Formats: sequence, structure tokens, C-alpha cells
Amino acid sequence: MTQTNHGRAFVFGDGIDTDVLAPGLYMKYPIATIAQHCLESIDPDFVKNVRTGDVVVAGMGFGIGSSREQAPEALKHLGVAAVLARSFGGIFYRNALNLGLPVLVCDAVDGIGAGDLVHVDAATGVIDNQTRGTRLSAKPLPPFLLAMIHDGGLVPHLEKRFAQGRVTGSSGIQDRLGSTIPIP
Amino acid sequence: MPMTLAEKIVARAAGRSQVVPGEIVTCAVDLAMIHDSGGPRRVVPILKRFGVGLWDPKKVVLISDHYIPANDEETRRIGEVTRKFAAENALAGFYDGEGICHVVLPERGHLKPGMFVVGGDSHSPTGGAFGAYMFGVGATEMAGVLATGEIWLAVPETIEIEWLGRFGSGVVAKDVMLYLCGQLGMEGGRSQAVHFRGEAIRSLDMQERMTLSNMTAELGGQAGLVDPDETTTAFIRAAGAEPGDIAQWRSDPDSAPSERHRYDAAALAPQVAAPHSPANAAPVGEFGSVAIDVAHVGACTGAKIVDLRMAARVLKGRKVAPGVSLLVAPASRRDQEAAACDGTLQILVDAGAKLLPNACGMCAGYGGGELDENATCVSSIARNFKGRMGTASARIYLGSPYTVAASAVRGRITDPREML
Repeated sequence: MTQTNHGRAFVFGDGIDTDVLAPGLYMKYPIATIAQHCLESIDPDFVKNVRTGDVVVAGMGFGIGSSREQAPEALKHLGVAAVLARSFGGIFYRNALNLGLPVLVCDAVDGIGAGDLVHVDAATGVIDNQTRGTRLSAKPLPPFLLAMIHDGGLVPHLEKRFAQGRVTGSSGIQDRLGSTIPIP
Repeated sequence: MPMTLAEKIVARAAGRSQVVPGEIVTCAVDLAMIHDSGGPRRVVPILKRFGVGLWDPKKVVLISDHYIPANDEETRRIGEVTRKFAAENALAGFYDGEGICHVVLPERGHLKPGMFVVGGDSHSPTGGAFGAYMFGVGATEMAGVLATGEIWLAVPETIEIEWLGRFGSGVVAKDVMLYLCGQLGMEGGRSQAVHFRGEAIRSLDMQERMTLSNMTAELGGQAGLVDPDETTTAFIRAAGAEPGDIAQWRSDPDSAPSERHRYDAAALAPQVAAPHSPANAAPVGEFGSVAIDVAHVGACTGAKIVDLRMAARVLKGRKVAPGVSLLVAPASRRDQEAAACDGTLQILVDAGAKLLPNACGMCAGYGGGELDENATCVSSIARNFKGRMGTASARIYLGSPYTVAASAVRGRITDPREML
């Protein structure tokens, strides 16, 4: 799992909710099916056009609504490498990180246009807009969340823990008591 | 150092004497609630990868409510997986088709003040009505909880929302929350703990408080807390449980919420939110020209027994307008029984209501009852995102059960105070 990603930007506005990302009607199906309907009610061509490594850029409240993990999972399934937004729905934010999908809070999303080639470093929060030759910054993820993303998400992260026989006790988070993360 | 109610519960769960907003702690979970959609079908494969079972089945409640009733091959399979999980684990509770999880969980006595609870559903803040810190998580995170009994949390800041005085006739918790969504927006909570206080809140019964806490999800809060009191303990005892000592579960007098908002309850009018966001809220009077095809009383937030009684109060002796469908999905089987016993159900049926199963149904939009293309619906559910009720072209307006019932009678969005 790399923390550095680059690809073309797909730009959306405010309040992209989980019903738009993973429509309820398809929730009974496997992720491959759900993903085919990701964002279709506002951008019918998104699924057709998005490629591995591309980056989703949005405004306020990306992923508000349901706890359905299929919302970030659909993006990941389609190859989206990172999501940059001014803010995120709280459960979506945790879900995405748990799945190993970097989601970065970025106030400078206006500096990215549709189709721009961008390079995202989740560890430092540095975003290079290669099309415009500009450098933007997002809030970097705290180390313990980066470590989880580095492992590929919460499942591989916990697998390591269970493999080490630590069935209960510290999850590796408690070591960093006192650190803060951005409230999405 | 004085702490808010949210901080006290988180500190207790984290085994700490003190926590400060923003710090990251690992909390021991007192109870985990899962449902048929995000539950066994999603978490069992992950638990298999871990090679472990549930950390404590007696702290896990499973409620089937999204794919009820099954209506095709996929949903039957989901039901089978769910029941198999319940059969293989000695859970604290398994409720299959008994109603919507957020209503059934407290109805069966699983919640009490001071608990730290995670739910596999975004409307899990409902539990905050009981003075419990309850919040929603996705399936992978839930699998982690089920395996370890722990979860990390950034200690939330607290936003206090105080309602002074008393609400007027025909103004209820749903109006409060739509109003707050309109005022503060969908991110008014920013994953913080929202704490509802004031005389108007204290005057609400438990199910109305649940509506407040429930829609904290729409405000963007992580949890939505109400101070436990005699109303809380009476509900819990009636559900067959012991509430324990509630005196400790309130904010210290000198605690410091990050924000305080104050509102005058008497000044609030019934609210309606236009498509496609609860934040598009305005007083009901601004929507009088909107003709409707469907009036829907449903969901955890809008079809509990108190909600059904609101609808019945408007519909008694009246009929649904020609060409309008009134659909009612009582939120739990017990609430439906209560409605049958006290005559509420008969009033609804006499007015022309069609009854739907005690499940999430149209609110989840998961299939088996969608709105028609281009239909206009007024509903007591919590959110009206595009496609929410299964059809992207449909227009969903949100209102209280009073407003939905009054609109059903007139065939257009109507101020219920004209009929009370």
C-alpha cells in the first residue's frame, strides 16, 4: 500500500452523500455491482471514466449520511487512490481509513480543476497539481492512522495484532495518547 | 477538572479519570448493536480472517430490520446468514423482524445512562436519548469491535443546544431537528457530541428525545445526548431493566462546551425540508403550493408509537385526499401493538392508510417498495438525499408526523396546526 498517489482529479461539490456514493437499491449486491452505480445520480459518466490512481476532490461534507462502508469501498474498488475534501462525514472518514483509502482534509481544493493531474502524499499532506504547477497542502494524517493505512486498513492492521497473540490490550493507539487528529 | 457528560462517559470507557477534547483514547465498548445489512454478512468474513470469535457475545445485540421481509434471492440469503450468526452465538439479544434497531434496542431494555455503545448504523446516536454515548460505525470498524471489544475515539468537543420554554401545539422533536439542520447545516456537529438541554427538552417523552438524538446524525454530530432523568428511568424500568445510578451522568456545572446555542421553543413553527437535504428546512407555511403523491410515516425517527399517535390526532375523522397514498410503517411490532390497543391504528386505517412492515423499508431505499419515478413525497424519515427512497427522480420533503398527516388530507404540504 503506497501513501503516495497520483492521477486525474474528479471534482465534485458540497454534500456528496452516501446514497449518491452507494445507492441503497444496490446494497444487497457485492461491491463490484454497487461500484458500478457509484455517483451515477449526479455524474452518470464517473464510473466509465475513472481509472486506477485517480483522485476524487470535493467540497464540504463528503460522505455525509449512512454508515454504509460500501460508500468508500466503491471508490476504492473503482481504483480511486485518495479523496480530498474540505470536510468529511464522520463515519465515512473512519470507514475510508479503515479500508486503507486515504482521505485528506484540504481547504485548498479550489486549486484543483476537473482533469488536473495531481500527486497526493498522504503522509505529509502535500498535493502537487502537476497540470497547474502548483503545490497545495492538506492536513496530514496522524501517525497511527497512517500506520493503519500503510498496513492496508484496519483488517490487516488487526491481523498483525492477532498474529502477535495480543488478543486484548493496546491496539497500538494507546501509545499515542495525547496526540490529536483533525475532527473531520 | 470539570467534564461534560460526553467527556465523563468517554473517560469512564477509556479507564481514565480525565479526558480532554481532541486527545485520542481507546475505549472499552459496553454494548455493540449490529443489523442485517452491515452485520453478520459483512463482519463474519473479517472475523474469520482474524481467526477469532466475538469478544463477548453477551454485549452484542443483533436486529434484522433492513431486509425485512426478504423479497428475492439476495435478501433471503442475507436473512439466512443473519439467523445463522444468531444461532451460533449466545447474543444478548436477537430480534428478527421485530422493528427498527434504534427503537427495538431501548424498547427491550438494552440501554442505560452512562453506557458506551457502538452501533453499525448511522442513526445510532438515537441511544444518546438515554444518556448513553452511542455512535455509528461501518462494518470493518464493527468487526474490530466485535473481535477486541475496543475502539479508538478522538474525545469529542461538546456542543450544547438549549431550548428554553415550551414548544407550541403541533411542534415536535422532528421540527426541532429540521430547524437545527437548517440553522447549523449538515455539519453543525462536526463529529462532536451534541448535548440537548433546557426545559423544552426535559418536557419531551423518551421517544421524542430519541427523535432528537437520532437526527444528530443529520447535524453531523457523533453522539446526541440528553440528560437522564425520571422520564428516562421510568422508560428503562418499563422495559424490564434497571437504570442504575443516574445522578453522575450529567455535565459538571463548570464544564466547558465548545459552543452553546440557545433557542426559544415557543417561537418554533413546524418545519419542512425540501429535496435533497435536511438542511433545506424552512417553516411549513413556505411549502403550501407543493402537491404530493405520497405521504409516508415511517422509520426509526418517524413512526414510533408517539409518531403514530401524532398522525392519528390529525387523521381522526378525516380521509386521505384522492390520488394520495398514505403509507405507514410502524417502527416496531410492539409500537404497532400499542397502536392497535389504543385505537391509533384503526384511525389511521379508517383514514385510508396502507400499512407496511415494521422495518426500515422505504427509508433505507434498499428495495421492496420504492417511490415511483418523479413522485413527490412528504415523509417523517430523517434524510431526503437524492435516491434515498429508491428513486433518484423522486422529490422527498421531510416533516413531522403531524405535518405528513395533514398534508395527506389536503394533498399538498400543510401546516398541521390548522387541523389540531
